Formats: sequence, C-alpha cells, structure tokens
Amino acid sequence: MKLHQATRYAIWSIVELASRPGEQVAASELAAKYRISQHHLAKVLRLLSRARIVSSTRGPAGGCTFIGNANRLTLHDIISLFEEDAPADGQGADTPVASEVARVLGEIDRITSATLRSVTIQTIINNARRAEARSPVPAAADAPRKGRDLSDAG
Amino acid sequence: MIEANLLRTLEEKVAIEEAQFDDLPAIIAIDSDLTGIQKPEIWYGYYAPVMTGAQRTFMVARHEGAVVGYVVGEVRAWEFGSPPCGWLFAIGVRKDVRLAGIGTLLFNALQARFRRLGVQTMRTMLHIDDHLLISFFRSHGMTAGPFIELEMGIAPAPSDT
Repeated sequence: MKLHQATRYAIWSIVELASRPGEQVAASELAAKYRISQHHLAKVLRLLSRARIVSSTRGPAGGCTFIGNANRLTLHDIISLFEEDAPADGQGADTPVASEVARVLGEIDRITSATLRSVTIQTIINNARRAEARSPVPAAADAPRKGRDLSDAG
Repeated sequence: MIEANLLRTLEEKVAIEEAQFDDLPAIIAIDSDLTGIQKPEIWYGYYAPVMTGAQRTFMVARHEGAVVGYVVGEVRAWEFGSPPCGWLFAIGVRKDVRLAGIGTLLFNALQARFRRLGVQTMRTMLHIDDHLLISFFRSHGMTAGPFIELEMGIAPAPSDT
C-alpha cells in the first residue's frame, strides 16, 4: 500500500503525540525525531488541528497536543483525511474480464479496509512498546526508516 | 445493571474460573444477547469435551456468583498444515459490564493456559467486518497470520432446480 508523504507524517505525529498524553510537543522536535521537513510537517499539523485531533499553540513555547481518543482513532480515520479514493473510470466495466478484475480489487480493498479500521493509535503505541521491550533499540536509531512499501507519492 | 462508576473497580472483583455445567444457561443468555441468536446446542457441544477430560479450555468470568463473561479455546495441531497452536473459539462479556477489562482478563487467562500447554501461537477467526472485535484482538497484540480463509458458494445441482 502506498501512502502519501503527508499521510505518513500525520500517522507518525499522532502516534508520537498520543504516546505523550497532555504534553505539548514542539513541531521542531517532531521534525527532528522523525527526520522530516518542518515546513511540510507544519501543513500536516494544521490539517490535524482543523480535524480536532491535535490542538496547537503558537509562539516560542508553543506546540501540539493530542486531543483525540487513542483507543478509538484508527489508521483509517487518519488516512481518509489525506488520501482520496481513485474514482472508477468505468471503462470496460461491462465485460466479464473487467468485472472479475474489479471483484479481485474489491477483495483487496475489503481486507485493507478491515485492517485500517481495526488498528487504533493505542494499538500502534502498545505494539511499538512491546517490540521495543523485546529488542530495545538505541535512541539514535529511534527515527523510523523509510519502508520499502511506503513510497513518496506526495 | 451495574453502575458505570462501579466498572472501574469491577475488574478487581471478577474471578476467572473453569466453567461449570450449571453455568451454561447464563453463557447461552450472554451469547444470545450479543449475537441475537440462541444456540444452546453449540454451547453444550463446546462443553462436552470438558466433561470427557479433553484439553478444551472453557472459562468464565464470575462477579458475585454470576457469570459475566466466557472464553473457549483449544490446542489443535496440524489442521490445514498448521503446527500446534491455541485456538480461541469464542469470547464474550455481558453488555452491561463491558469496558471494565473483563475481556482482557479472559483473553489473558486463555493465553496463560495455552502457554502452560506448551504452544507459542494463539489464533482466532472472525468476520472481516467486525472491526470492533478485530480491534480488541489487535489491541492485545494479535495481527494477521500466515493463513487466509477462502470460500465459495455451492450452487444447487441441476437436478435441485
């Protein structure tokens, strides 16, 4: 599954902020930890603020705070803010082959949807902590690396 | 109905115990309330191996003597080519005591039982659109496994039509 850069930034930011409940975290700190552009991150945080997932305070002591419900907010909720479904073009839709291809793609979409709708932010936090407890990583290697399956599409 | 402010302390007062034959009507009632279908034959069937000493795990959550939840599981081996693993067949919590951690107590108790029985994998299967229950299992660390379920409709034979 390919996600836009902004979507990945949003997921990382929300997970980071939700793992530090009540804490005001500077955008510069988020950008440094995940080694991403602060300029692009600012745009993402503005959208998350409009969606009432984070609250942001301007100024030297400003920052962002997670205000959502980590036990209810899912990856699907976040991704649907940033990604648009590609509309079907309708070409060849009335042929048996096109119908079968559409059915297979629908099967994939259903599995993807079930996965994204059932993974909450708290689950990601918990699983990341379990993984860290099993094999602690040094702080310097803390920042996530770009995965093979996550391209810079945006 | 248990008051919401009691839910916070309910988890500490709930005991996880082996299910008894006399618990089955309460279990059937909880399942019926959750699923909208009363299926006593399934539940007595789940319990039958317990009576014969088989390695079926059937536990209940009990609060002040009343059954408020259940979990059923079993270690199965080499079905579908799978090495021994613990299957969670069913888990349920009475609606009025949800969000009190009882499901987690039951889940953890079954996991501990499977651990004692020497298996290292716990597996379950549920409807793809049941996002809430999938979310519950994922929150406890479960993820998609290496098996995939396939199915097809069986068309009636020409002579049946």
